[in-house]
Amino acid sequence: MADLGELYQNVILDHNRSPRNFRDMENATSRGEGYNPLCGDQLTVWLRTEGDRIADVSFLGSGCAISKASASLMTTMIKGKTTAEAAQMFERFHDLVTGRSHGEFLDLPRKLEVFSGVAEFPARVKCASMSWHALKAALDQNGPDVTTSGAG
Amino acid sequence: MTAAALLHIDRTPAPLDVARLRADFPILATRINGQPLAYLDNASTGQRPRRVIEAMREFDADGNANVHRGVHTLSQRATERFDHVREQVRRFIGARQSTEIVYTHGTTGSINLVARSYGRSVLRPGDEILLTQMEHHSNIVPWQLLREETGAVLKVIPVTSTGELDLDEAARLVTARTRIVSVTHMSNVLGTINPIRTLADLAHAAGAIIVVDGAQSIGHIPIDVSALDCDFFAASGHKMFGPTGIGILYGREALLEQMQPVEGGGGMIDRVTFERTTWAPVPIRFEAGTPPISAVIGLGAAIEYLEALSLAAIESTEAELLQYAIDRLSEVPDLRLIGAAARRSSVISFMLGSVHPHDVGTVLDTHGVAIRAGHHCAQPLMGALGVPGTARASLSVYNTREEIDRMVAALHVARSIFN
Repeated sequence: MADLGELYQNVILDHNRSPRNFRDMENATSRGEGYNPLCGDQLTVWLRTEGDRIADVSFLGSGCAISKASASLMTTMIKGKTTAEAAQMFERFHDLVTGRSHGEFLDLPRKLEVFSGVAEFPARVKCASMSWHALKAALDQNGPDVTTSGAG
Repeated sequence: MTAAALLHIDRTPAPLDVARLRADFPILATRINGQPLAYLDNASTGQRPRRVIEAMREFDADGNANVHRGVHTLSQRATERFDHVREQVRRFIGARQSTEIVYTHGTTGSINLVARSYGRSVLRPGDEILLTQMEHHSNIVPWQLLREETGAVLKVIPVTSTGELDLDEAARLVTARTRIVSVTHMSNVLGTINPIRTLADLAHAAGAIIVVDGAQSIGHIPIDVSALDCDFFAASGHKMFGPTGIGILYGREALLEQMQPVEGGGGMIDRVTFERTTWAPVPIRFEAGTPPISAVIGLGAAIEYLEALSLAAIESTEAELLQYAIDRLSEVPDLRLIGAAARRSSVISFMLGSVHPHDVGTVLDTHGVAIRAGHHCAQPLMGALGVPGTARASLSVYNTREEIDRMVAALHVARSIFN
């Protein structure tokens, strides 16, 4: 049975209650939109890069605890990283929440481990990955808005 | 017994023996996440009684043949049963003739057929289609597609703070240019039952026709298209204990007669040459290709099941459970009920404080309680209500007070997690 405590760990509940970097950004160098037509949740991720380094990152939007906490933790993880490192983190995170990393925690900051429980809740994978897809869109500057699934 | 006493009995049918009828639905014995399933997502799709499952299985095993095509015995039997269900539907919804019943793939197919055939032929640029703020996407998008094609204008009847249609506004919005009024019989988000007869009178006085989306009302309250005085009525088999893939469109005979087919193919023709093809009579004209025959057989079995219970008894049994659910949910701190219509049925939307509906849905799911969370394919209504989505419990006659209690207990767990 899928365990509720595995999904809603304290770190996730904390970031849901007080999301970090939850603001817009006037001097952003790029932005990406995430939207899930299944539930109507949406968010925007802003990036300010200096050279190939992410100097600042922020987000705003409406979403469930999983999507908000995921976005919040993501911003704390990628600030100061290079865009290449952030893009690699996107791939690894995607493998984690879709269960493709088979429980192995490959080269991801330990803090993101709290999302390994999401793989047990297939309906919630998109919630966890929406902000990362928005980040990817922002990294692929001028990329199209992303949509994580279609329904309704 | 006097006539008055009989009438009284008709008005207050004995409550149904829910424990007994639950045994008719095999899926209700399923366990989910280690808990007995409490299925409260009936507005999405209903469950099927054994009688329906068996009717379809038997047809597939022993009765399968194509309809309206064969000289052989099996095909004739299949045709007879297929046509008989049309007559069952006619009686079930109070139509005058079975030729007024078109088989479609669902409510969506039915509304699209009206839009693409009737709508396309009558609408001129500037003509008006009147919808409501509480429509499901399937009663919005087909009309938008038609608007693009015809230059018609869409207008929308607003919803009041109680989740009812603003009828004063409706009266103002119907004009000499109104051609089509299309409205849901019952909101899939708020449970509101709309005053169809009032709207039908309004539409007809302006020379317009009225289309009713019956996806949510059918199987929950008695339907009488003659009393509603609607011109079209659309519904789905799977919301009335029947299978998916089959729907119905009731259309007033005179209107169906003037409509052109939108799909061409086998079965719907009278005579075909390369120069010219003439159409079969209604309703066959609108049923190109081989239909979902075993689904039609299943629909017939579902109607038999509903009639055996009686819609009046279903309505009163569900009304009692709905009131219990509203009372219990009202006791949950921070819980806000969305919608408070005077006339409503079987659907309750709510917000649990600032907890996102999806998180509510996940917590309830781990307790074996299935609800829906999200915008319920009614994004314009969510916008009007000022919420991103809602949690929605939708009841069927087989649900119990104990299941409502389990939902409420799980909501307390959700509160303790997120507060």
